[in-house]
Amino acid sequence: MRDRIGSRRPRAFGLYVVLVFGALVMIGPFLWMVVASLKTDRNIQQIPPTLLPDPATGRNYGRVVDAFPFWRFTVNSLGLSLTSTLLQLILASTAAYCFARIQFKGREIVFGLYLATMMIPQQVVIVPLFIEMRNLHLVDTYAGLLLPTLVSSFGTFLMRQAFLGLPKDLDEAAFVDGAGHIRVFFQILLPLTAPALATFAVFAFMASWNAFLWPLVITAGSQTHMTLPVGLSRLQGRFTTNWNVVMAGALITIAPIVTFYAFTQRWVIRSVAFSGTKG
Amino acid sequence: MVGAKGWRKAGIISVFLAPSLVCLLAFSLGPMIATAWVSAHEWNLIRAPHFVGFGNYRELLHDEKFQRALTNTVYYLAGYLPLVMIGGLALALLLNKRVRFVGLFRALYFLPVVTSWVVVSLLWKWLLHPKDGVVNWALSMFGIHGPGWWTSRTWAIPSVILASVWKDLGFVMVILLAGLQAIPETLQEAALLDGATSLQRLRLVTLPLLTPSLFFVIIISLINGFQVFDQVWVMTGGGPAGSSTVVVEQIVKNTFSYGRAGYASAQSIVLFAVILIITAIQLRMQKRWVFYA
Repeated sequence: MRDRIGSRRPRAFGLYVVLVFGALVMIGPFLWMVVASLKTDRNIQQIPPTLLPDPATGRNYGRVVDAFPFWRFTVNSLGLSLTSTLLQLILASTAAYCFARIQFKGREIVFGLYLATMMIPQQVVIVPLFIEMRNLHLVDTYAGLLLPTLVSSFGTFLMRQAFLGLPKDLDEAAFVDGAGHIRVFFQILLPLTAPALATFAVFAFMASWNAFLWPLVITAGSQTHMTLPVGLSRLQGRFTTNWNVVMAGALITIAPIVTFYAFTQRWVIRSVAFSGTKG
Repeated sequence: MVGAKGWRKAGIISVFLAPSLVCLLAFSLGPMIATAWVSAHEWNLIRAPHFVGFGNYRELLHDEKFQRALTNTVYYLAGYLPLVMIGGLALALLLNKRVRFVGLFRALYFLPVVTSWVVVSLLWKWLLHPKDGVVNWALSMFGIHGPGWWTSRTWAIPSVILASVWKDLGFVMVILLAGLQAIPETLQEAALLDGATSLQRLRLVTLPLLTPSLFFVIIISLINGFQVFDQVWVMTGGGPAGSSTVVVEQIVKNTFSYGRAGYASAQSIVLFAVILIITAIQLRMQKRWVFYA
């Protein structure tokens, strides 16, 4: 007995040392970012770096907001991400219901098209996509930002799997009772796919909140429709050597998502893990 | 024969499927086909496109910048993939033990995943700042004169790899941890009763049963890795002097800076072909090493 405890304790201790060290590596840079954002222009270039801002200043946040319309970027990003996520959920689940529950000619072929596009990264189609938006006069508009994000073949696939996993007796009983497809979809099956919906929502939201290439290309003309990541990347050119200001801007952009994550992390992580076991 | 019922069914299908399918054709499949068409033209997006056949592809064969972009993309993957896989696996194995505060550690390790590439790139650019960065300062404590990181031709890509591994470690960990937790405990116990050491259990029980999760992460990381752009654009801008350019960056520059949309499309097609071939090879190889219980 003593032997067992004796041999286990140091190992457990070593394990925690490794885990805490890992946590420092992952969290330390964020803390360093907070410290940097509170330093003065002179303090930020000091070598060796001071562990705490000396003196602490909140001015950098003001400089960021003065230089760029950050609130506008935040509203743009938030509105775009929420709209995109909601519409992606609707489009993916209705199409998935169709593939899982309605028999029609050519169904497998159409579904094959979805699977094929899973292989096409957006990066590859960016040139014609831009030309298409230009022809539709949608460059530098919200619609131009939004439209290419609406359909997700990954989401459609995930939702189809979720519908296929539900017993057929459920909808057959409802059809006998005189319900139509629309009622079966909304009232009976859709609520049961909640775990898959949640997983897809997390992926869709993170992807559109963090999207960079397409917003960079499509909003290049002005700041009106610019999203946070694009605005933030512009900050660098303006404050080349003022890393305190850049870090303040970076903190403003991650504050909303980190706050949201702090309250929902269990659910977010479970959703991501779910995609690995079902995907 | 079609009758009222048939029409109703067609109506239902169009209500459910049409919105999604129209978007798919307009913003994904359509542009994919258009990429091939544009790639056969010389086009600055202002004047009318001019047909050049395979001219753009022939030019690609002799384009040093594009070849460097391809090499750099592969170099990035060669550094990123093993590091993120081994690191993510190590973290998942550690957290799969009965430790306290598992939820807390998992949440902290996952934090960089929810932040954007732009933030992560700026943050690491600051940490790796050759003069004022904390990394070079820490190295100097050990008497090491730190490199120029993103300002150096040699260290630009390693800087990008470092930032990317740091960001994605948590994602790999969460997927692999879910895979580990799906392994039935009875198997581990049986191996323990048979006198297997912990290393033997890892090699003969855990890893084989984890292969589907490993395969999933590798496929996703490869597809994403070939499209690496955000972190390069922000951290190095492809520099210094084009030394860290990657394929997607070439596509963007050719289209929007050099007025060569056709040439950029040819590069897109090559990138797509590479991703397709690599994924196909992975899918074929999976029979050799992925074990579905």
